[in-house]
Amino acid sequence: MRYNALSILKQGLTGNKGWTPVWREPDPKPEYDIVIIGGGGHGLATAYYLSNKFGIRNIAVVEKGWIGSGNVGRNTTLIRSNYLLEGNQPFYELSMKLWEGLEQDFNYNAMVSQRGILNLYHSDSQRDAYARRGNAMHLTGSGGVLLDEAQIREKCPYLDYDNARFPIKGALWQPRGGSVRHDAVAWGFARGADMQGVDILQNCEATGFQIEDGTCKGVETSRGLIRAKKIAVCVAGSSGRVMSMAGMRLPIESHVLQAFVSEGLKPVLPGVITFGAGHFYVSQSDKGGLVFGGDIDGYNTYAQRGNLPVVEDVTEGGMALMPMIGRARLLRMWGGLMDMSMDGSPFIDRTHIDGLYFNGGWCYGGFKATPASGFCYAHLLANDAPHPVATKLRLDRFRRGAPIDEKGAGPQPNLH
Amino acid sequence: MIINHPLLGPRDAAEFVYLGDANLINRPEGLGDNAEDAMYDHVYLRDNPAGIHRELWYHEQGDRSWLVVTRNTLTHEVTSVELARDVARSMGRSR
Amino acid sequence: MSQQNRIDGGQIDRTATLNFQFNERWMTAHPGDTLASALLANNVRLVGRSFKYHRPRGIFSAGSEEPNALVQLRKGAALEPNTRATTIEMFDGLYATSQNHRGSLERDILAVNDLLSPFLSAGFYYKTFMWPRAFWEKLYEPIIRAAAGLGRLSGQEDPDCYDKGFLHCDVLIIGAGAAGLAAALAAGRAGLKVILADEDFRMGGRLNAETFEVDGKDSASWALAALAELSAMANVRLMRRTTVYGAFDHGVYGALERMTDHLPDSGGKPRQVLWRIYSKRAILAGGATERSMAFGNNDRPGVMLAGAVRTYVNRFGVAPGRNVAVFTNNDDGLRTADDLRAKGINVTRVIDARKGDVVVNTTGRKGLHTVFLNGDRHVEADCLAVSGGWSPNVHLTCHHRGRPTWREDIAGFVPGGELPPGMAVAGAAAGTMTLAATLSQAHETAASIAADLGYSGATGAPPKADDETFATAPFWHVKESKHRAWVDLQNDVTTKDVTQSHREGFRSVEHLKRYTTLGMATDQGKTSNMLGLAVMADASGKTIPETGTTIFRPPYTPVPLGALAGRARGKNFRPTRLTPSHTWAAENGASFVETGAWMRAEWYARPGETGWRDSVDREVLATRQSVGICDVSTLGKIDIQGRDAAEFLNKVYANAFLKLPVGKVRYGLMLREDGTVYDDGTTARLGETHFVMTTTTANAVLVFRNLEFARQCLWPDLDVHLISTTDAWAQFSVAGPNSRALMQEIVDDLDLSNEAFPFMACTDCTVFGGTPARLFRISFSGELAYEIAVPARYGDAMIRAVMSVGKAFDLAPYGTEALGVMRIEKGHVAGNELNGQTDARMIGLQGMVSRKKDFIGAALLDRPEQVREDGLQLVGLRPVVTDVILTAGAHFLSPGDPEDMTHDQGWMTSVAYSPELGHSIGLGFLKRGAARHGENLRAYSPIRGQDIMVKVCSPHHLDPEGVRQRG
Repeated sequence: MRYNALSILKQGLTGNKGWTPVWREPDPKPEYDIVIIGGGGHGLATAYYLSNKFGIRNIAVVEKGWIGSGNVGRNTTLIRSNYLLEGNQPFYELSMKLWEGLEQDFNYNAMVSQRGILNLYHSDSQRDAYARRGNAMHLTGSGGVLLDEAQIREKCPYLDYDNARFPIKGALWQPRGGSVRHDAVAWGFARGADMQGVDILQNCEATGFQIEDGTCKGVETSRGLIRAKKIAVCVAGSSGRVMSMAGMRLPIESHVLQAFVSEGLKPVLPGVITFGAGHFYVSQSDKGGLVFGGDIDGYNTYAQRGNLPVVEDVTEGGMALMPMIGRARLLRMWGGLMDMSMDGSPFIDRTHIDGLYFNGGWCYGGFKATPASGFCYAHLLANDAPHPVATKLRLDRFRRGAPIDEKGAGPQPNLH
Repeated sequence: MIINHPLLGPRDAAEFVYLGDANLINRPEGLGDNAEDAMYDHVYLRDNPAGIHRELWYHEQGDRSWLVVTRNTLTHEVTSVELARDVARSMGRSR
Repeated sequence: MSQQNRIDGGQIDRTATLNFQFNERWMTAHPGDTLASALLANNVRLVGRSFKYHRPRGIFSAGSEEPNALVQLRKGAALEPNTRATTIEMFDGLYATSQNHRGSLERDILAVNDLLSPFLSAGFYYKTFMWPRAFWEKLYEPIIRAAAGLGRLSGQEDPDCYDKGFLHCDVLIIGAGAAGLAAALAAGRAGLKVILADEDFRMGGRLNAETFEVDGKDSASWALAALAELSAMANVRLMRRTTVYGAFDHGVYGALERMTDHLPDSGGKPRQVLWRIYSKRAILAGGATERSMAFGNNDRPGVMLAGAVRTYVNRFGVAPGRNVAVFTNNDDGLRTADDLRAKGINVTRVIDARKGDVVVNTTGRKGLHTVFLNGDRHVEADCLAVSGGWSPNVHLTCHHRGRPTWREDIAGFVPGGELPPGMAVAGAAAGTMTLAATLSQAHETAASIAADLGYSGATGAPPKADDETFATAPFWHVKESKHRAWVDLQNDVTTKDVTQSHREGFRSVEHLKRYTTLGMATDQGKTSNMLGLAVMADASGKTIPETGTTIFRPPYTPVPLGALAGRARGKNFRPTRLTPSHTWAAENGASFVETGAWMRAEWYARPGETGWRDSVDREVLATRQSVGICDVSTLGKIDIQGRDAAEFLNKVYANAFLKLPVGKVRYGLMLREDGTVYDDGTTARLGETHFVMTTTTANAVLVFRNLEFARQCLWPDLDVHLISTTDAWAQFSVAGPNSRALMQEIVDDLDLSNEAFPFMACTDCTVFGGTPARLFRISFSGELAYEIAVPARYGDAMIRAVMSVGKAFDLAPYGTEALGVMRIEKGHVAGNELNGQTDARMIGLQGMVSRKKDFIGAALLDRPEQVREDGLQLVGLRPVVTDVILTAGAHFLSPGDPEDMTHDQGWMTSVAYSPELGHSIGLGFLKRGAARHGENLRAYSPIRGQDIMVKVCSPHHLDPEGVRQRG
């Protein structure tokens, strides 16, 4: 069913009884061309682009719970293409371009909202690093502006300028940054893939791989064995667990990132703001909640919950940056599992097992990458060659000595 | 979380800094024919288990002991806490 | 008329009258009231508007579950949005306003949304507003955003302060109703260290709201007696106004105590305290929350939970209506009628769903007027007390992701799966829905915890009461109702939205929630989740437990961000470290800059200087021409001692340290295990078994941590010990051609001639006639230079004494800016170059890296991408046109190449103006840079609007042979 104002009008006048399921609930077929493990944003985007742009439609997406139940359903909804390194920035710029045309492309309003992202800096060396980054953004056509304190005061008069422990000196501003209604991304991709015949199999947990002579020929699931020519793993957060079923160790640790939302408030923040002297970033949702987050808890975990020290650390950053939020209340906090990689950057690659592909290691930056991740993974699956902007996102890059380490934190995942 | 420090008793985990898998104690020899391969494996690859995990914590806001904490990554239950130096010695590390 | 709905009885203090304002109207109340009870007493029924349709909203509950009666409390900077009227404790002068309406509360123009509701059904916004593309951000979204949100922030800094505290106990009892009090009595009597916390300002829970008897007393009086007994116990801490908001790992609970919210003014005292409670055990005695049923127009002001009606009548002495109808599916509804009649309130009808009677619709535009029943019946009522049964408050049991389990007999979810370790549940929260059973269960639970923890004191007898009848027949949804029936009152989710959600395939509970926004309002679905689940179960033909349950996450009720942050805001956001010469520097015109936690002098302004460049240029020239002094105490200092200290250093540094002679300093290069440069600094050998390492300011803590790791975990049998001495020594760099002459006057009996104390020498010594000191001949500026360290307590005296002696040499203090200029002139790398992405090859130090020993970083130096021929290398840069100013962060492009990433050649890391050279200089990383000296490149910086030509040169802009520092 095509969505538009007319369909809403028609349905509204007839009791909204004619709406149909946004995706089917099919039973698994015994075999597909491609089985994607993971019905999150990236997996569904992969299915969407494979079926809509690469002409491969005999696809199943297997999801252990309900689609969108992973990190696409529990993040802080930000999009941006303000990376530094050659291995990342062109990729994220592709993602931004895909975001910009996404809603018309998949006929679903995911509320892509480019209200801008403001990365504050508080020292000369931070300014220099942001200048380097901002210039890298210009080299990929992503835009970006270096603002001084006066310009920020005009934009955000309520930040702490005069009593701050780490005074605001300026900011890197990407006007194209913003936020997206995160659940709608999963639903829109699912709908678009389903319309092309992709089978979305919920409550279908992958429990093992069928690997014969170094070739992966199928995946065992809670709903039976499903054979496929290619198996595409796309389960960031649980990559360690799933790939261990194929006997693989990864340059990844699983960590929890907590995120927070306040009660609904009348609009007060123009876009996304990140604090450069603490762990805090914030935006305001269309519904009015302040959506914010900070650092990961920092210890290996598969429990989707965090602890108080980080909650307090994050809100301390918030109060230091914008002391007007003291009387807003934290409504809800949650934790998502992150594939923290050894350099803070992701992987979209084949594995040493024929027919088995891997997409993961998104750390806590996976949401903004969703369309490009799906597109590049689809490209890899369709052509068996990486997309030009994803050529560096390889599993062997540490072996070759080519990490993509934006923060310079080295091979310690909880520092990225 | 609370870590029951073998010398100091129960302490809030906020006093500690986390490093990672206790296998980081098993640093391979840095010289020799196989050193690069072994070190690559040591530095970059992880078991990352969902379940029992032996891991290194440093009591930075305390006595500066490195500890090996055995903790379940699914439940966060801590089942043992040892001085990392003792563990290292038991693994055969010396000088 | 004032307080026209006030009736007899209740636990309010009628001897005192309080004045308050709602929407600018003055009214009166009594101590013990909430804002909600006071509004009801004054016959104010319309208090707010719903989120989406802006429907009139009244008071629905009497507690923290309130979805409707949200107000903005106080004004000015103290404005507090979204505050539940049902939990606001009345105080004199209270000021509150309604929120979320455009125009007045009575005439909200956004109420037009209600007329459009057929087109605003679940998820409508996902299906439209897409064309034309640019209109979303320009038109649609701003309109939606402006209409969304509830209350508003003041935009001003929160004027109150907040504290944090830590508590320890044997057992934390959460909730001080019947279960909590019985448990606390047993645990307290047994001698346990008990904390009893309750969110209400009056402990007792439903005992205060019902007309039960316990131990022969009316229940509210029994609660008072129990509290009196508990107050007398030294081992029991009673925490009123304290919400336990989250269950975290290992028995840690988060709690928020409201200290001054019930006062007109905080008087400078902390408004709230955020407690972290460390418990051995916990008993959740949080009771249960009543829920409504879905029937036509069930959202009007005057439709109220039956239990809340009893609370207002019995606890607050307020009649929520004069003609009350009751709609129930359980025995609580009948009790409501009894309690109302006992107070002389007219009960117009009891509508019992178990007997086939249901409400199909209501009318009354801004307050309930008429209730319509099935069978074409109707009854006048200004209040409809609804009881759809009770849902145990399992929230805290889910905070470790345990899933509740369904109990058919009470039609509710009870704690199930794995509870947070150490937690027990008693009373209604555990599904024990009657009083006598609750009291004995709570008593037994506490007694068994006492026994487990080894307490043998007598717990006393459990309190005695009768079990009231509790007969419920699950009934959720009046299907014959033709009108919209609300499920989530705040977010305007109706039964039709739930069935549409099912129709469109959003059938998982989480999909339902996310698609319709059910349960995502400020009450997090406390009164709506069960109803939504039941309607979804009905639509899908499944049972409720098959349909699922949502996981509750912290916090139990919302927590102010100010409380979570506590004192860490403003200047106190993080600790501040001051250098030993800070006071002196402040007296001498220093401007300070944040360097991590430190405040360092960046330059010293002198009269007549027109800007920072004047000061910095002067400081550089003064140093290079005569002598300057800089406080470098912030550099990390680590004392390393032991028989194996040299061997240890040899393992942690990439260059050799075994043979460093006593009395000598060596530059040390420290790598990470992946071969990347981690830190650099100098290490001095003061004795055979004694070294002093310096680190960069930024990495002082990290290097120390890593050295401890190496010492304890990698080489545990080396005899070496580490002490961080960063704060123990005040250290000054004294640099410039006259530094030797100056230092010679300061040190006692030490020959500083080049022969006796050459470049890279070090020694213990004394200064100024006996003050202990350490002297190092090292140079960061490239000049003849020393670093002199004295115990930190002498730092202030030292700078004053040296400056005094230095007058003869025109000694100039210099700050971090001049330090930076001189190191760039000299080509020394610092943080901008050593940013964690740099290896020894990039900075030309590959020759220093030992190939003969194992050290941290030895194995991963020669991977293919590390030895690329076109790798980045450090170079110097100067402008082709001399008066052009270089800027850091510019990228290098070969002339004629397009501006894209493929043609990116590197970037400018650091820049400075060199007063000696008279032009701008820079350092940078450039592909194959070492072989490209003399080449002209574009320094492309569109972010700063700059695109200039630069010439590549040696990074050593001054004195490349190092003649000065060795002189």
